[in-house]
Amino acid sequence: MFLRMIKGTLLRQWKKMLMIAFTIALGSSLATAMLGVMLDVGDKVNQELKTYGANITVVPKRASVIGDLYELEDGGTSGAYLKEDELGKIKTIFWAFNIVDYAPFLNAAATLDDGSEVTVVGTWFDHHMDLPTGEQLDAGVVSMRSWWEIESGAWLDEQAGADPDAAMVGTALAQRLGVTAGDTIHVTGSTSDRTLKVVGVYDAGGDEDDQIYVQLGTAQALDSLEGSIDSIEVSALTTPDNELAERAAKDPSSLTVSQYETWYCTAYVSSICYQIQEVITDSVASPVRQVADSEGAILEKTQLLMILITILSLIGAALGICNLVTASVMERASEIGLMKAIGAQNGAVSALVLTEILITAVIGGVAGFFAGWGFAQIIGHSVFGAAINIRPMVIPIVAVLVVLVTLIGSIPAMRMLLRLRPAEVLHGGH
Amino acid sequence: MSLLELKNVYKIYGELHALDDVSLKVEKGEWVSIMGPSGSGKSTMMNIIGCMDKPSKGEVLLDGVDISKQSAKELTTIRRDKIGLIFQQFHLVNYLTALENVMLAQYYHSLPDEKEALEALDRVGLADRARHLPSQLSGGEQQRVCVARALINYPEIILADEPTGNLDEANEAIVVDLFHKLHNEGTTLIVVTHDPEVAEVAQRTLVLRSGRLAKEVVNQNFTGQIHFDRS
Repeated sequence: MFLRMIKGTLLRQWKKMLMIAFTIALGSSLATAMLGVMLDVGDKVNQELKTYGANITVVPKRASVIGDLYELEDGGTSGAYLKEDELGKIKTIFWAFNIVDYAPFLNAAATLDDGSEVTVVGTWFDHHMDLPTGEQLDAGVVSMRSWWEIESGAWLDEQAGADPDAAMVGTALAQRLGVTAGDTIHVTGSTSDRTLKVVGVYDAGGDEDDQIYVQLGTAQALDSLEGSIDSIEVSALTTPDNELAERAAKDPSSLTVSQYETWYCTAYVSSICYQIQEVITDSVASPVRQVADSEGAILEKTQLLMILITILSLIGAALGICNLVTASVMERASEIGLMKAIGAQNGAVSALVLTEILITAVIGGVAGFFAGWGFAQIIGHSVFGAAINIRPMVIPIVAVLVVLVTLIGSIPAMRMLLRLRPAEVLHGGH
Repeated sequence: MSLLELKNVYKIYGELHALDDVSLKVEKGEWVSIMGPSGSGKSTMMNIIGCMDKPSKGEVLLDGVDISKQSAKELTTIRRDKIGLIFQQFHLVNYLTALENVMLAQYYHSLPDEKEALEALDRVGLADRARHLPSQLSGGEQQRVCVARALINYPEIILADEPTGNLDEANEAIVVDLFHKLHNEGTTLIVVTHDPEVAEVAQRTLVLRSGRLAKEVVNQNFTGQIHFDRS
């Protein structure tokens, strides 16, 4: 009988129920879209910010100490090097999946034929790696220096089996030497010399414009530093720092065991740095503060905006539900009065009306979820140029929010229903 | 012990005395009409006897229980178990069929029994209209569904508020004949009406004026076998 009544109400009052479902769908679609974007926006903003460079640099411990002592920005090399063969280990740390890109660097001081000094930087361009985990990774400056403009030629393509003497030259140096793509430059290192073939001229808008970029092995050969690197730049997806992260960054040993576990298992930039130091021998990994802080600030503001929109949309939906359900109960006052008159207790009538509304809410909520998924994709493509990956956790959150908003929106109608006296609606009070 | 007894019952709204010191008794199996002009307190009395309202003062004993002292929840239970209600406007649920409307009273009382509900509709001559919606039934048929709904749970009293007020003569006769049938089966009937001819077919007529019991008329000619015919 209960189901017959529910079915009867839903089918015969479908216009009213459709309006309620539409209101709930509107609220749930906005909630889904905002929560979906909010939970995915961290990665999206991070990836967006990754185009502005690495957020972690790794240098040899000795170089770091000297850098701190003499307040050198790049720390200097001071004859200390990291081991090239340990580079793959970076993708084996706890937060390996958050490491989106990295590249090693070796600066070799070389002399040009005109006697001038030039820095030849050995690095990865689009280096392919088969990791011990079975994973494959293409890493290097092609993606980490995405803002470089190629003025002539093209990026050096390591994977296409580029010539070991292939080089990319900064625009300032190219102008000074009068070289362009296809020309050669002769450089002499401390132990050997090479005739480099220019495959591209880049405009970095900084000091790199006076440098030559070559493959890592080429730079190592100039100074006979095979297997050595000066530094590593790492792009990692990070969680904004909080008080725990700041404390841990200063001294991880000051944390309690549970605090340490929380910190270690959260993608704070400090915990990722710590884990990199664990796998790279005698290294110091430190965050590039400006980038890391920008990421955190933008992320927090974006997420706050999303939360506010979600809350406002749900308040709007609750108000809409409140009006519609109250109107529905008022219209059905004589029906509800009759049920009470023939023996229905308040609980039974409330259960009936609430079930009708919740079924409508579920239908509206499901429709709204899919609409919200669509909205999220529109937002993703128009703002971030990529699809938004709706996390599975959005489903239970939206479900709970829909039920809560529906119940809260139904409170005035339920109060009216409970106060309704059959004598007043079935015939006059006196 | 009387089935229903009102002892010095008042219902006061501000300055207005809708019921003013009313006392009466209704015996089990009796058929009583309550008459009076508009505003005389008929509906107020109907609401109090039907456990849909409580008096401001006085006692209302139904089957020995003082309903003026019961909570709203207890009154609902008494209404469900002891009273069958018939309304002038029928008050059928418009999206349920005639059969489902009858079963609705069973649902809130105990358990819906389709066979029993069909039998109740058969008693009021509507077995063949059981699957029709109220909108597909005439006024008389709707009122008969209302009667079937009122008697489905075997109540102690059937309370009818202007049961023929919205009916034409033919349907009025059918409904009054149904009351005769129910009375002959031992059902206690209290019918509130402003129609003297409908009132006169009862065993006893109570006349209300300005909230007071003005007159009580016993129908000496009551046989219980009357076929109602206004002409």
